[in-house]
Amino acid sequence: MASDTLTGSARTDAEISGLDALEIAGRDKEVSRGARLWASTWPKLAALAIAIGLWQVVVWSGWKPPYSLPGPVTVAEELARQASGRQLWDGLATTLQRAALGYVFSVAVGLLVGLAVARSKMLRAAIGSMITALQTMPSIAWFPLAILLFELSEKAIFFVVVLGAAPSIANGVISGVDYVPPLLVRAGRNLGARGLNLYRYVIAPAALPAIVAGLKQGWAFSWRSLMAGELLVVGISQTSLGAQLTYSRELSDAPWLLATMIVILVVGLVVDAAFGAADRAIRRRWGVLDQAGQ
Amino acid sequence: MTSTTTPPQSATAAVALSGVTKVYGRGTNAVLALDGVSLDVRPGEFVCLVGASGCGKSTLLNLVAGLDRAQGGTITVADDAHPGLMFQEPALFPWLTVEANVEVPLKLRGLPRAERRERVAELLSTVHLSDFGRKRPHELSGGMRQRVALARTLALDTPVLLMDEPFGALDAMTRDILHDELERIWAERQLTVLFVTHNVREAARLADRIILLSSRPGRIIWSTEVNVSRPRRIDSPEVAAIASEVTDRLRTEVGRHGK
Repeated sequence: MASDTLTGSARTDAEISGLDALEIAGRDKEVSRGARLWASTWPKLAALAIAIGLWQVVVWSGWKPPYSLPGPVTVAEELARQASGRQLWDGLATTLQRAALGYVFSVAVGLLVGLAVARSKMLRAAIGSMITALQTMPSIAWFPLAILLFELSEKAIFFVVVLGAAPSIANGVISGVDYVPPLLVRAGRNLGARGLNLYRYVIAPAALPAIVAGLKQGWAFSWRSLMAGELLVVGISQTSLGAQLTYSRELSDAPWLLATMIVILVVGLVVDAAFGAADRAIRRRWGVLDQAGQ
Repeated sequence: MTSTTTPPQSATAAVALSGVTKVYGRGTNAVLALDGVSLDVRPGEFVCLVGASGCGKSTLLNLVAGLDRAQGGTITVADDAHPGLMFQEPALFPWLTVEANVEVPLKLRGLPRAERRERVAELLSTVHLSDFGRKRPHELSGGMRQRVALARTLALDTPVLLMDEPFGALDAMTRDILHDELERIWAERQLTVLFVTHNVREAARLADRIILLSSRPGRIIWSTEVNVSRPRRIDSPEVAAIASEVTDRLRTEVGRHGK
């Protein structure tokens, strides 16, 4: 073979770096951040514009009188008026505080129960399917019981929010741990990871994508449960977003009602976007995200 | 039934197996994977285990690595060393960079940060990947990933390396180059290697000794010393001659399972 110029290890070195260069060539294509952001933003903006346009068309059609279905402009004005007052912000603060408290507690319960069930065969046989059953239970169906147990109180809302969110989070943990590739576990054990270290270095990070998916779903459930709770359990001192929905309906103040609904929608979207960003960051790190994908 | 060409020297062996038996399953479904396998691997020796499907090659490595338990026999690794194990797949942690992957065993051994960094740099340079420490596994080619896996295994600082068809999924050219690499690292670090493969030429290219296992149950049926000077080339006539002899034996063994 043609090894006149290079000998032994120097030759191998050259071959290796040559092969490496050939094999990973063209893998580093990067789209600029701005272009990527715009590519994922404009369809959303377009959809929003179309939705508002359709709303306006329905209003113009005179299908319902303007006092039950006001147009986007009226609602936008009302939203601006609300945003400059205190009531909306107080309501938002109350609601978000409840959401945060219920969600954090759900995460703690969900993670602990999920881990325990994933680790123990006995627990899995005992309550594994019960967790799934709980997940399918519409959270609003818990309210009558919650009200009997805790009356019309913060506790009733908290109870239902946790019951709505914790099972999803636990299920995320369970499926995450279940789907950790056995090869990675064997590799981890061979590298010296035992017991807790195996969880810390291999199982937890490997299960992270599924856990984040569970956390995201748990948030969606807790947000819905919370809204249902605030609609039902009104009258307790504070003015939450849910309570404002109820008051506005009772006062037949349609612009206020729709403005509040928009605030609720935006909160949901913002939190969802945060989870989406976390999910994408993880997938990008893992290399399971297509460059062209969002 | 001792098939080793040297007399057993358990006292000085780097890895000593004696009458190792492994059964999978129970009752009528039980499969005898390994049946009384005895083998002494000398320190610094490169041993290739060759066999057709179902010969329990991988089982044997798992047992030596301590990832599985045998029903009978004893397995001794000199100085109670913890052998490093490599798989056909790189089994890298996709959430970590190349550097961080190599660092895992060092962290688990509790080495201080500065020393870890130094060791990682040294190991990556050993496998010619110094420029790729910040990459993630998915950004590398198959051969590069397998070299990262080798560096990570070497980070265990173990004298015994167990390799389960580590180059089986690579193209021929990459495989040839990795043979050169492995031979160099094995010599530099004076490793004892137990290497499983179904590729007879690969075995002849790498091994000091080739051991042929029968299938169902796995038994040592034949072995030969490979007295070809190093460095070798996979296409040299000496290597080819050994390979063809092993192939003949292997075919005879496979034919035994036909009708």
